[in-house]
Amino acid sequence: MSEPRFTPLRDRHEALGASFTDFGGWMMPVRYTSDLAEHHAVRQSAGLFDISHMAEFEVTGAESGAFLDYALAGRLSALAVGKAKYSLVLADDGGIIDDVIVYRLADDRFLVISNAGNRDAVAAAFAARVSGAATVEDVSDDYALIAVQGPRAEEIVRATPHLAIPELDDLRYYAWASGTFDEAPVLAARTGYTGEDGFELLIPTASAGALWDAVLAAGAPFELVPAGLAARDTLRLEAGMPLYGHELSRDMKPAQAGLGRVVVDAKEDFVGKGRTVPADDAPVLVGLVAEGRRAGRAGYAVTDADGTPVGEVTSGALSPTLGHPIAMAFVRPAFAIGDLPLFLDVRGTQIPATVTALPFYRRSK
Amino acid sequence: MTDLTALSYTAEHEWVAADGDVVTVGITDYAADKLGDVVYVDLPAVGSDLTAAEVCGEIESTKSVGELYAPVTGTVVEINDAVVDDPSLVNAEPFEGGWLLRIRVEGDPTAGLLDRAAYEALTGGDA
Repeated sequence: MSEPRFTPLRDRHEALGASFTDFGGWMMPVRYTSDLAEHHAVRQSAGLFDISHMAEFEVTGAESGAFLDYALAGRLSALAVGKAKYSLVLADDGGIIDDVIVYRLADDRFLVISNAGNRDAVAAAFAARVSGAATVEDVSDDYALIAVQGPRAEEIVRATPHLAIPELDDLRYYAWASGTFDEAPVLAARTGYTGEDGFELLIPTASAGALWDAVLAAGAPFELVPAGLAARDTLRLEAGMPLYGHELSRDMKPAQAGLGRVVVDAKEDFVGKGRTVPADDAPVLVGLVAEGRRAGRAGYAVTDADGTPVGEVTSGALSPTLGHPIAMAFVRPAFAIGDLPLFLDVRGTQIPATVTALPFYRRSK
Repeated sequence: MTDLTALSYTAEHEWVAADGDVVTVGITDYAADKLGDVVYVDLPAVGSDLTAAEVCGEIESTKSVGELYAPVTGTVVEINDAVVDDPSLVNAEPFEGGWLLRIRVEGDPTAGLLDRAAYEALTGGDA
């Protein structure tokens, strides 16, 4: 096991008093002051996240689109320049190697952002699948990624000195625009992992610290706070977004996690084709809500009325926004419909839970 | 401000304040910081008999679950209803409003517990 790595913003986090945690081989800020305060700030105003641990791959060449159509579950060749799309890297057997966001930079150029912990697996899959007039380069170490998330994110981006995104007025959700920060190029994507409006700013490593400082200072009047991975996790859970290693894994097929729509089976050929349909009795992902304050957490059993296990929680927390426990869990298909009673086994106590449609939280437009 | 040198401690990061044969128990600021925001506390009922070093409750934060160990053997005489209603008191005032329970003990109430210097040594000076 290699030593955990730090992002280019380590000194900023330390100066802000962050606590660190190991995540996907990286020492990342888990919180600066309070998980709950950082969570609420993102819902009510804005939060600033360092997500430089995430991996970036650049795909170039005339057959870039064709390569991604083969290497990923979706039809990325149909993605318009300037847009972004959520997709999956599947294994031959239809299991999930990673979930990614793909940005089309040009007709013959794409950016793929994958999870930090899956960087090597994605690199290996791409290397094995690439051929012809397409090349893949792991550019993760060249860039930092800073996310500004929350209802006031756009105001903050506008107020940040030296950050210029000329097409910001027309920048929609799941799209990107190019910009500059001083001399440095910035790719500003209107994407995120919090369930709020916001931006992910990709910038060369050398300029990351200055951009972080500038956004944080410009955001102060808008009640922007630095936010850690703890808040990021409860935010994405409320938004019903899957986390690899929890809701997604090599042993899971996309449809089990509610991601059947991501797979374009009509494509002529792609890795995993014909193997993506789960068995009829395969467990499926559901959202669960409960009353009180005790949360079902990852690994806890979900049981029927007799106490017999029928599933397992993959992520769970006392929802900071909603005030009651929420969880995502894989359960037997018969229990996913919601007409049979379910219980969370919280360290020996059976807590009644109700199946609910995801997401738990949806922002008001 | 509480005089932290007047308290006794356990290796499980509880603090103990003795007043006659009744001790007040809470968790230290070090433990509260490690847990993160406390959102739920589960305390033993008044009247329950506790045995030192055995689990007697739970403290849940947004990210994790911590077990509460009885620092002493005795009988629960009071629990802090305010902290049950507002668990954030554990983070905000771990040594004051965030106290958890009071236990009546027989014999020396702080026998076998750590003093402040020993507790600080245990936490590597972070406490």
